[in-house]
Amino acid sequence: MKKKKQKVNVLYYVVVGAMALLFFNFHTVSFLKGIFYSFTDWKGYGDWNYVGLRNYLHMFEDVDTKNAYLFTFQFTVITTVLVNMISLILACALNAKIKFKNTIKAFYFLPYMLGNVIVGFIFNYIFANLIPTLGKACGIQILSTNILGTNHAMWGIIVVTVWTACAFNTLIYIAGLQAIDIDVYEAADLDGASGWKRFRYITFPLLAPSFTINMVLTAKGFLMVYDQIMAMTEGGPGTTTTSIAVLIYKKGFGGGQFAYQSANAVTLFVIVVAISIFQLRILEKREEQIR
Amino acid sequence: MKRVKNIQREKYNMPITIMLIAGIVITILLPLYMSVMIAIKVPTDMNNVLALPKQLRLMNFVDAWKMTEYPRKFFNTAFITVINLGITLISNSFVAYAITRNRKKSKFFEIMYYYFLSAMFIPFSVIMLPLVVQANTFHLDNVVGITFLYVIFGLPMNTFLYCGAVKGIPEALDEAAMIDGARPLQTFWYVIFPVLKPTTATVAILSFMWTWNDFTMPLVLLSEQSQQTLQLAQYVFKKQFSIDYNLAFASYLLVLLPVLVVYVFCQKWITNGVVAGAVK
Repeated sequence: MKKKKQKVNVLYYVVVGAMALLFFNFHTVSFLKGIFYSFTDWKGYGDWNYVGLRNYLHMFEDVDTKNAYLFTFQFTVITTVLVNMISLILACALNAKIKFKNTIKAFYFLPYMLGNVIVGFIFNYIFANLIPTLGKACGIQILSTNILGTNHAMWGIIVVTVWTACAFNTLIYIAGLQAIDIDVYEAADLDGASGWKRFRYITFPLLAPSFTINMVLTAKGFLMVYDQIMAMTEGGPGTTTTSIAVLIYKKGFGGGQFAYQSANAVTLFVIVVAISIFQLRILEKREEQIR
Repeated sequence: MKRVKNIQREKYNMPITIMLIAGIVITILLPLYMSVMIAIKVPTDMNNVLALPKQLRLMNFVDAWKMTEYPRKFFNTAFITVINLGITLISNSFVAYAITRNRKKSKFFEIMYYYFLSAMFIPFSVIMLPLVVQANTFHLDNVVGITFLYVIFGLPMNTFLYCGAVKGIPEALDEAAMIDGARPLQTFWYVIFPVLKPTTATVAILSFMWTWNDFTMPLVLLSEQSQQTLQLAQYVFKKQFSIDYNLAFASYLLVLLPVLVVYVFCQKWITNGVVAGAVK
């Protein structure tokens, strides 16, 4: 009797099927081809042979790859912590009873709208000209050279990334803060909790879902860091700021390492998936404990 | 600070307000102010970049306009953004509708749901190399081709957002329309799509930001000058041996301007849309 109701219109099959086919052909096939190439010695053109796991084994000996992973992990950890700390403070401040609230919020969100590349170019100038001039005028040694030309170039990239990324994360934290019931604070006031205590035992636990989202999204995004580096240092000086994505691009297209960098990309994929799952597990567990 | 708030509930918290405004001036307005100053100066007037120009030079904008072939690049970027938006909003919402409504009835749609969902785990840099090979085979290394790819690649995220929204619409609404004799497409277009408006706004904003500001995909796919986007065109200044900063910054501002205009007019929409997109 229910048979007739279960019938699905053909149109749905056609549209979803067609979209799935297109998606398969350009996204999934690309992904699978990448895995396939990683077992060959293809240069992007010409003949190729199977080489088994050679590309993957080579990754452990290759200095460039090791440096890129080291840089990317360092960068991700530092930037994730900084962005979440600053965003949380900013969100709490923006959520206080302040004047011109909406205008101030609008300004703090502005960096999100500007493309990474152009922001990178603007900060290039600041690091190369403005800060050294300032540093010399004040007699501060560290500031008087262009940081992007030194071994500390990573910090230049971190500053720019934090500048752009805080906007988005602050917004999510504000949304989280606004979802907290005012009654909870009033109850806390009666119990004598205020200031840091109130934040530590009431605000932060209730903010846990936003914290989870932000940590996962930021960490995953920073593992892929690419635009800012291409705009600012192109991986230099030397290879000090070459992230994994930059290495894949530079050596994969320009260095004749198409197959080897495909193996690198597959490894990166495995790491991203593993970190995402791991992070979600840990953070979800913590959320439960705090509650 | 907290005590003040308790005693005088109606009063604004001025210390925090002042600190936040100081933060805006130093971290956000200062770099933008510097960019404007550089863009309207002559090369010999660069000793103090923060000072007002001794001699105003608006020709920088004209030169940058010509040098980067601004109209052409603007058209390319606008074409990609607008066409992608139109196709994405209609096709992805319908796909999500079809999947959500039929998941329980047919295994096919259940599989499709998880197929698109799992694709979200694959970052772009992972498929970057093979995608270029694939795109070349199908001659997608141009503005039309990249627009097509944006529609395809946005599918997982947008379907995910739309599926959540469709789930919240009672099925009785569809049934009522069907009883009145509406066909599936009519039901979707006249009944469901209007109800999905908030999600459509979110998807529209995220798609717009993605395509307008994207750098990686154009960089690897669009090698021909006439096909390049605004973001990519700015890269020419970096490639020069000695950068003409005045020209470069005028050019950057020309790229930032459309986004700023959109932001000023749709600020509320944009912030709400971005939050909705992330929280779901």
